[in-house]
Amino acid sequence: MSDTAVTHPLVAGAVGPGCKKVDPIVVADSVTRTFGGLTAVDVQHVEIPRGAITALIGPNGAGKTTFFNLLTGFDKPNTGSWSFEGSSLAGVPAYRVSRKGMVRTFQLTKSLGRLSVLQNMLLGATKQPGENIFTALIKPLWRKREEEITAKAEELLARFKLDAKRDDYAASLSGGQRKLLEMARALMSDPVLVMLDEPMAGVNPALTQSLLGHIKELKSEGMSVLFVEHDMHMVRHISDWVIVMAEGRVVAEGPPETVMSDPAVIDAYLGAHHDTDLGDMTGSNPVIEAKEAAAAHHGGNADRKDEH
Amino acid sequence: MDWGQILNNAAGELLSPVTAAYALAAIGISVHFGYAGLLNFGQAGFMAVGAYAFVIATLSLNAPLWAAFLAAILASVVFAFLLGIPTLRLRADYLAIVTIASAEIVRYVVSTTGLTEYTGGAAGLSGFNDAFVGINPFPTGSYGFGPWTYTANQLWIRVFGWGLVVLATVLVYLLMRSPWGRVVKGIREDEDAVRSLGKNVYAYKMQALVLGGVLGSLAGVVFVLPRAVQPGNYGTTLTFFIWTMLLLGGAATLFGPIIGAMIFATLLTLSDGILRGLISADIITFISTTQAGQIRFMIIGAVLMLLVVFRPQGIFGNKKELSFNV
Repeated sequence: MSDTAVTHPLVAGAVGPGCKKVDPIVVADSVTRTFGGLTAVDVQHVEIPRGAITALIGPNGAGKTTFFNLLTGFDKPNTGSWSFEGSSLAGVPAYRVSRKGMVRTFQLTKSLGRLSVLQNMLLGATKQPGENIFTALIKPLWRKREEEITAKAEELLARFKLDAKRDDYAASLSGGQRKLLEMARALMSDPVLVMLDEPMAGVNPALTQSLLGHIKELKSEGMSVLFVEHDMHMVRHISDWVIVMAEGRVVAEGPPETVMSDPAVIDAYLGAHHDTDLGDMTGSNPVIEAKEAAAAHHGGNADRKDEH
Repeated sequence: MDWGQILNNAAGELLSPVTAAYALAAIGISVHFGYAGLLNFGQAGFMAVGAYAFVIATLSLNAPLWAAFLAAILASVVFAFLLGIPTLRLRADYLAIVTIASAEIVRYVVSTTGLTEYTGGAAGLSGFNDAFVGINPFPTGSYGFGPWTYTANQLWIRVFGWGLVVLATVLVYLLMRSPWGRVVKGIREDEDAVRSLGKNVYAYKMQALVLGGVLGSLAGVVFVLPRAVQPGNYGTTLTFFIWTMLLLGGAATLFGPIIGAMIFATLLTLSDGILRGLISADIITFISTTQAGQIRFMIIGAVLMLLVVFRPQGIFGNKKELSFNV
């Protein structure tokens, strides 16, 4: 890819790891985070394009979620600076990051179990004066805003097909419904950038389709999306841009079709056997072989134990 | 064995100022634990801070009544900040450890001999109630009926104490139905989720800690108003009594802490009366009256274990809330 410079409408100049975007929404520079001796994240330069769906992929332990936590203020880096829409976010606490319009969800859903689905949604709203302890005491001061955000919440719940669950405790929802609720809740604040940490993890195939649809819809409504995902099919399906991380670094980026064929990506992420279906084991099974070897070693004793 | 007297005493306990103090303190930890998820195991410390601030302001500084009340409130606000600033950014367990330790620190500080001039040392202080009795609006006489017959002063302290309980309940009701209450309850469930929605979790936790602490300190004032202040009363036992009352009634409920306090205080007096009655009538011969005072706590402990097993949500709690493993 390096000898003949590839270009792309989202990119200013040549495509490559850390390339400049035409209109970046997030720019990160030399962000590092170490846990003891382990360098979890070491990103030299990366830009997230505006108005696009960007996927952040990489093998387990590549530092994707850590990088997510750093960008959103949930973790503090050892070095580095990053900005969102031109304003620096280094050292800004998580709740302020969210107020600036960069709202995230979590890999393990964090629905607020003992609050109703509607209450969960209302919590996502901003500019509710009743959230101040003193104005909270006088209902007329916040009733109007409450009606506005309730209407908005109901609209979103209908869109995410959760309106029937409106008054149920969030804890009674299924895993997939919780993912939907979390995404809907994040939209209550009209974010500029939605950051989804593994939106498909633990979601059944039927719901996957509707989640994909919702993510695409975010883009059509003018929001930018950054998501971490393992499912390559999904990445190929909906993302406009793919950033690949391995061992804490950005090793490749580009549109999904080209990134999937990039040798650096295949090496770092997919591995040499990415085309073989690991679920289909026609050859020898190392687990059974090891078990048989152990049984043979222990002789008759092991056999007798198995009879119990 | 005089059953009439035993029942009379127990019924009288239902509306006693001490019960009102328990109820106020329990409302305080209902705000902490029930709504905001803060583990405060030092409510006795807040009560001591309130009681001593009130008494010291009255006796050592000759402060008027209103100023003494203000001193109690301010002292507990300061105490809440001292506990909250280092711990509220950490996990919930840290606050629990810090509160239990600082409540003990408060108790040891007020009983130290070096401060006897101000705190009265281990003996405590009394004779600070004149100003409170002085503003008694009720004319001398006898009020009420049956076990609830009071002199004017007894009535005044009860009206005052239970008035505070009603005010606290209304305050908690107004707050918990509001968006502020929603944020606080969200923090109880998962503070990172609430943080990701743009709420300053630390500030909300601090507000909840201060609010519950102020209620605790007012409880401390009501606790000492009819009698004297003594450091021995503010041990960890007091904190656990209040926790028991709260769980008995139901943690995140409006009336749970009040009814819990009433039942607990009544049961305590009733079991004491019955045990002593049985001993003096020679029906129980193998325990002394001193031992009876301890045994009633064992009985109440056993009853509470049964309650937690068979009705973990408390009397007013919503069973549905507990049926989820959250």
